[in-house]
Formats: sequence, structure tokens, C-alpha cells
Amino acid sequence: MNDTAPITLPPTLADNPRLDQWVHFPEPGRVAVATGKVEIGQGILTAMLQIAAEELDVAPERIQLESGDTDLTPNEGYTSGSQSIQQGGVALRLACAEVRQLFLDRAAAVLGYPAAELTIEDGVVTRGGNPTGHDYWTLAPGIDLSSRATGGARPKLARQHRVIGQNAARVDLAGKVFGAPSFVHDMQMEGILHARVVRQPRRDATIATIDEAAIRRAGKGEIGLMRDGNFLAIIGDDETIVEAAATVAPGHVTWDGVEPINPYQEEARSLLQRPSIDRVLGAPLDQAPRGGRREATFSRMNIAHASIAPSAAMALYQDGRLQIWTHSQGVYPLREAVARTLKLDPAAVSVRHVQGPGCYGHNGADDAAADAAVIAFHNPGRPVRVRWRREEEFGYEPVSTAMMVTVSAALDADGKPVDWTTEIWSGKHVGRPGRGNSVLAEEALPNPPPPIPPADPPEAGGGGGTRNGEPLYAFPAKRMVHHLVAETPVRVSSLRGLGATTNVFAIEGFMDELADAAGVDPVAYRLSVLADARARAVIEHVAQMSGWAPGARFDNGKGRGIAFAQYKNRAAYCAVVVDVEVDETVRVERVWCAADAGLVINPDGALNQLEGGVVQAISWALKEGVRLDQAGISSLDWESYPVIRFSEIPEITAELVGAAEDNPPLGIGEAAGGPTAAAIGNAVARALGTRIRDMPMTRDRIMSALLQI
Amino acid sequence: MPATSFTVNGNAADVAADPDTPLLDVLRNHLGLVGSKFGCGLEQCGTCMVLIDGSPRKSCGVPLSTVAGRSVITIEGLGTPKNPHPLQQAFLDEQAGQCGYCLSGILISAKALLDRNPAPTRREIALALDDNICRCGSHVRILRAVERAAAMMREGAEA
Repeated sequence: MNDTAPITLPPTLADNPRLDQWVHFPEPGRVAVATGKVEIGQGILTAMLQIAAEELDVAPERIQLESGDTDLTPNEGYTSGSQSIQQGGVALRLACAEVRQLFLDRAAAVLGYPAAELTIEDGVVTRGGNPTGHDYWTLAPGIDLSSRATGGARPKLARQHRVIGQNAARVDLAGKVFGAPSFVHDMQMEGILHARVVRQPRRDATIATIDEAAIRRAGKGEIGLMRDGNFLAIIGDDETIVEAAATVAPGHVTWDGVEPINPYQEEARSLLQRPSIDRVLGAPLDQAPRGGRREATFSRMNIAHASIAPSAAMALYQDGRLQIWTHSQGVYPLREAVARTLKLDPAAVSVRHVQGPGCYGHNGADDAAADAAVIAFHNPGRPVRVRWRREEEFGYEPVSTAMMVTVSAALDADGKPVDWTTEIWSGKHVGRPGRGNSVLAEEALPNPPPPIPPADPPEAGGGGGTRNGEPLYAFPAKRMVHHLVAETPVRVSSLRGLGATTNVFAIEGFMDELADAAGVDPVAYRLSVLADARARAVIEHVAQMSGWAPGARFDNGKGRGIAFAQYKNRAAYCAVVVDVEVDETVRVERVWCAADAGLVINPDGALNQLEGGVVQAISWALKEGVRLDQAGISSLDWESYPVIRFSEIPEITAELVGAAEDNPPLGIGEAAGGPTAAAIGNAVARALGTRIRDMPMTRDRIMSALLQI
Repeated sequence: MPATSFTVNGNAADVAADPDTPLLDVLRNHLGLVGSKFGCGLEQCGTCMVLIDGSPRKSCGVPLSTVAGRSVITIEGLGTPKNPHPLQQAFLDEQAGQCGYCLSGILISAKALLDRNPAPTRREIALALDDNICRCGSHVRILRAVERAAAMMREGAEA
């Protein structure tokens, strides 16, 4: 590597090249740092502080960190796709390194020493360990931080790190443990107008009748009804009264243009019968040898984000300016969507991120913010808080599409694939407003925009349905056949992992089937077709952690499974081993997880993300599936949409591999999901002696699998 | 409207509100105590958990009238940053949380457990927290934190 060549700017630094968009020095002793990435429970604020403190050589306590604010922070798009560190952190790191170098160069000019003889200790320029009388704040007036980033300053090497790589306590956790206001739900403002929306049951549905008297009776107090087109809201000063009215309101409003949906569409197999946009990626189809192929089909139902609380937002329209406080993952795209909805100049709209319940993707946050904006626009001068109802979040958030995945392979004499196909049927995986999709309020207001054609992120961006559809294994020919199903029975969008969860479940399940057919241990079989050294290392590491023994025998009803993936084939490498016990249900008893995420900023934070990903994937694999009836989603509470509970949690051990090496940071937030689901599938197959290829692996599916033996 | 009198975190409270008002709304909107959270309003998720005369209750389903004359403890009554309850200290020590929305309810359920059982097993802790949902998957850290707090409290009692 040429150490003097400028570094290619990461995308969000190239998009926001002014250095003062990232760093400035507002007052003596203070450093203002800005990131476009937002805290969604993944610990990003803490990691960004570590990055800035490291590269600027200042104590973290001096840093005032702004995040996700259209008035104050760079536009870094969405906080999604495990890119907060891999892109946002790398951008901030380079910007801070360059700012530090500008100050060193300036100090060198002022002092008459070579810059190489100077360093910075907690903001003070020193030479030979002695203060020079200059610091960031004395030098700042002579430096133009509105200059553009050039990539000319190289960040520190891992061996120079004092803050990066150390476990740091989450900066936001204490407030949450002591009950301080931490979420947009908790914001206090004078004269709040509470609001609930009576949701349009479908796009294009129109209000037929409203029994206003019945709604008012249920409220037992003063409420107002606000209607614009088919957007109907209940507003009032007393949240209890508004909530009581809103709870019964859907039963007192009738709609035209609501066609019943076919509840059978809750099953993934229904995707096969629907029109789709079809593509072949990778090796041409006609190279596939005829005959002698093995194949298997795997699936997953639609699943919900199921955030612990329903979405909420605050908005205030005053003096021609609209302010929004939201837990959206993308304040800038939301600003565009709201400005479009209300026909406002985006410059007249400010959107600020305030934390919310963990989202794991595109839940109701953006829609709730648009609701609040519309209601505030109609009630100028009053701060409006919208908080969705529980059944509203389950019923109207975009869910993650069901998927069907058929994997097939032609094998050589040793039982190794020479030609591999992953065929995927899936709805789209991104329906975010930033990609041209409408927010719910926009669809209910007069003159709604037409729906846009379905689209997934391009493969260069990690893909959607195709994410991790191509195995990392070194097979001579690999291809994906992608059927992007054009219409889904309910709204769908991004959930942690996108298509990777089901694709890895399928690929890694099939790998175990091929290993068994070849009579080879699953770990050895994977290693025999895997060239990537880092991939091999995480598999070997997790095998060692778990005491993996080829041919080990387990008691009746027990089993052990392994699975591996590199998220998006370019983010963190992750391998998982699980032990299960199966009778009428599956119990995961023990989990080991190893991941290589390149350079890790906050190791404890990364482990927390791996552990959380493991737990969520156990829940997906064993329990979760969105239910439908003719009206739409019918799993509207925690009984009809069960998720994993404390008494079902196994012991989990996660370890990082290569965390302090000078490899680029790799996103880790979504790395564990696919491997965990697949390892459970493989362990269950060993425990039962037959495989369940459909998620969730429920009691009914265990019973029918046993009947087929 | 008649006032209902009770104590919250040891302080007298008189709230003039409809007696059917959920205690959670009273805490958050009438008393400004936003540590207890709305999660479902259906008594299914545990984010609104408080202690009423020492017993864990989901405050979204508790009408104001039923707490007249009783003692309510919320997360704000557990401890402060300067004087944290051992559970709060242990949750910070273990970094037990991600989004943190569920934590106040979990801390309350855990306090109820440790008040009646100072030396619970891992299994007993898990069962005591089964009424609380954590969606981020911080469960293992939370279970460890409750074990750690129990040990801290036992050591404190012996000292």
C-alpha cells in the first residue's frame, strides 16, 4: 500500500465534503462532532464518540455529538444495512483525521517546527511531550474548516489506538436505567395536542361513513376530529380520552374500496403463483448440467419488526416552519417525504432524530412522523404528539416479506457442488420513503400519488431478496434466479438482514444436506470448499469454542448444528453453533458465535449486537409469522404474534476474531441472524433425523416432519 | 373531578382525574414520571411495570381508583445516578440493554423478585422476567445483571 496516496473518500464523506459539517470548535475546551447516523439501540453514539476522540486526540468528555438532524448534521441517508460504522464511522474517522492534520500543519507554520515533530494531547499541541502554547481552540480562528475533505490524512493504525478497541460504556444507557426521558414518547412540551389516526385500511380506500357520536361517547371527554380527504385523526388535550376514542374508532368508520385479501397469502408458497420480475445473475442458466442435481426448498413467512413500543412522533408548525421529532432511521429522506406530502419547501422543514424503541428496520416510525406533521400543519402553534396504538403498529407497519428459496447443485464425484443455483421468490425488501415510496398519510390525503413499481436495492448495494443468495463458497459456477414478486398482500419493507436470513437458512441447510450425502462432517465439508481465509478462521474459531467433534453423538432428541455467512458477502463474517433439544417444540440450549468484523471500535458494543442478533434470530426461526385474515394482518398483539421470552433464552457466548487488526471495519449488526437461523435448522435436523425447511419451526411443523419419516 | 390520593415513590400524590384513567397515564401525563413506558396497553409486554404495595403490576391496566391509599414505586423511585439501586448499578456494569425501552419495567420486575427471593437461580430470574418482553435481545446480559445485583445486595446485607 502506498502510504502517501490520498484515500478514496467513503460515500457519505464525498457527499458531505465540508469538514465543518463533521467537526468544529464552538467554544474553548469543547468539540462539536456531527454524524448523520442515529442511535437505534446499536450503540452508535458511543462508537462515534470513540472514533472522534481517537482521531482528534481529545478526551471523549469534551465532545458534543449531534446526530440525525437536518439542521445540524451531514446527510448520510439511512441508518441501516449494518453501515453505521462501515460507512458512517469510516467517514467520520477520515474527517477527524484530516481536521487533526490541518491543525498540526497550522501549528507547524506558526511555531516553525516540522509538523511531524508535533502531536496533540487532549486538544493541546505538544512537542516532545511539552505543551506548545497552542491548542485546537487558539488555532481555530486561523483554519478554514469549510474546506473540502481530501482524504489526505491517514487515520491511525490499530497499534496506535488508545480509545478505539477499548470497551466503552454506552453513553445513553444510564438515563434509561434511571428512568430519565430518553425517547420521543417522553418529550415534554407546553400545550401538547395528543393525536391518533384512524387508519385508511388500504391504499385507495375511501371513507364512506363516520359515526362521530359513537366515537365521542367512547372518549368520555373533549376530542376533536380532523379530516382531510381520507386522512382522519382524533385530537385532544387529554391523551387518555383521545386513546379511548381511537381504540373504538375503527369500528365506527366504514370504508369503500376495500377488497378482501386471500388469507392463504400468509404462506410463503403463495409467492410461487404471483406475477414477478425475473432475473438471472451470475453464471448463465444454459451452463447448468442436466440431471444429477440435488435440490431443496426452504421458506419463511412474513415477519414483523415487532418493536417493543408503537411508533411515535412530535411535530410543531409555526411561522411557516415545520419541526418534526422522530425515531426514523433517515431524517433527510423523511424531510423530503413530508415536504412532498404537505407541498412545503424542504428548507422549511426540520427533522430531528430522538430515540425510540429498537426498530430493526423500517417500522411505523416514518409514517407516525408524517401523521404528526399533517396534524400539526392543520393545528398551527400546537406541538402535536402522535403515538400509534399497539394494534396499529402490528397492523400497519410494513412487514418483512415472506420468501421461498430453492437451492440446487450438480455435484462432482466427491459430492461437492460444481454448479450451484439459488432460486429466490420474494416481495421487495425496501419500501422506504427515501426510495420514492409514499408514507401512509400521503396515501390518505387528497390526490395521492400512484404506487411506484417494486424495486430492490441493487446487488452492488447488497441486494434485497438476493442478499447473501450467492454462497461465499468456491464453487466453479454459481447463479441466482430472482423472482421479485410484484404485489404482496400487505405492505413490505426492510427488516434486519433483508433477504439474507432466508437465503442463509436455505444455503447453509442445503450445505448440511450435501455434507451428509457425501458422508463428511459439516465443518470439514464447508472448509473443503471455502477459500477465504477469514471465513475459514471464524468457522474454525466457533468449532473450537463449541468443542465441535466430527461424528459426535447426541442423546435422543438433541442435536448440534453449525452455519456460516459473510453478511452481504462483504460485511462481517459470522459462524454460529447451536445445541437444541426437540420434543414437541424446539428449545435452543446453547449458542456459540464467532465473528470477524475487521477493526472493532467498541468490542463490548459489537458483542452486544451479535448477542441481540442471535436472540432475535432464535425468535424468528422458532416463533414468528405474521397472520392474515380477509381484512389484512390479524396478528395484532403479543399473543397472536409471540416473540421469544426470558425463560426461552439459552446461554450465548460470542467472540470476536481479528478485532484489533488493521482491516477496515465491517458492519456487524445483521451478521448473526442468518447463521443463527440456519444453525438451528441444522441442529433440529440432527435431533429429529428429518429436516424442517420452513420457518417458523413450530410444533405443527415438527409433528408433520415426524409423520413423514 | 374527585381527587385520588396515594403515594408515588414515597411522596403524596393527589390526582384529579377520571377514576378509570390507567395508572400509566396518570404517572406519565399527570405526574410527569415518564420512566414507566407505554408498550401495548394490553398488559402483555411489561414496559409499564410498577410496584403497588410491593407487588409488580402492569400499570396500563390498573385504574387510578384502585391505587387510592396505596404505595406506588416506579423506576424513578429505585435509585438515582448518585445513589443507584444495586440493580441499576448492575445493569450499567453488565451494559445490559440496547434500545433500553424495556429496561424500566424489567428493573421493576427484578426488584420485586429480589425483594422476595434474595438468592434466585438463573431459572427463577428468567421466570420472574417472563412478563417482560425485550425485543433487542439483551436477555443474557439482563439475566447476568440481576444475578450480579443479587450478589451485591447479599454482600451489602452481610457487611
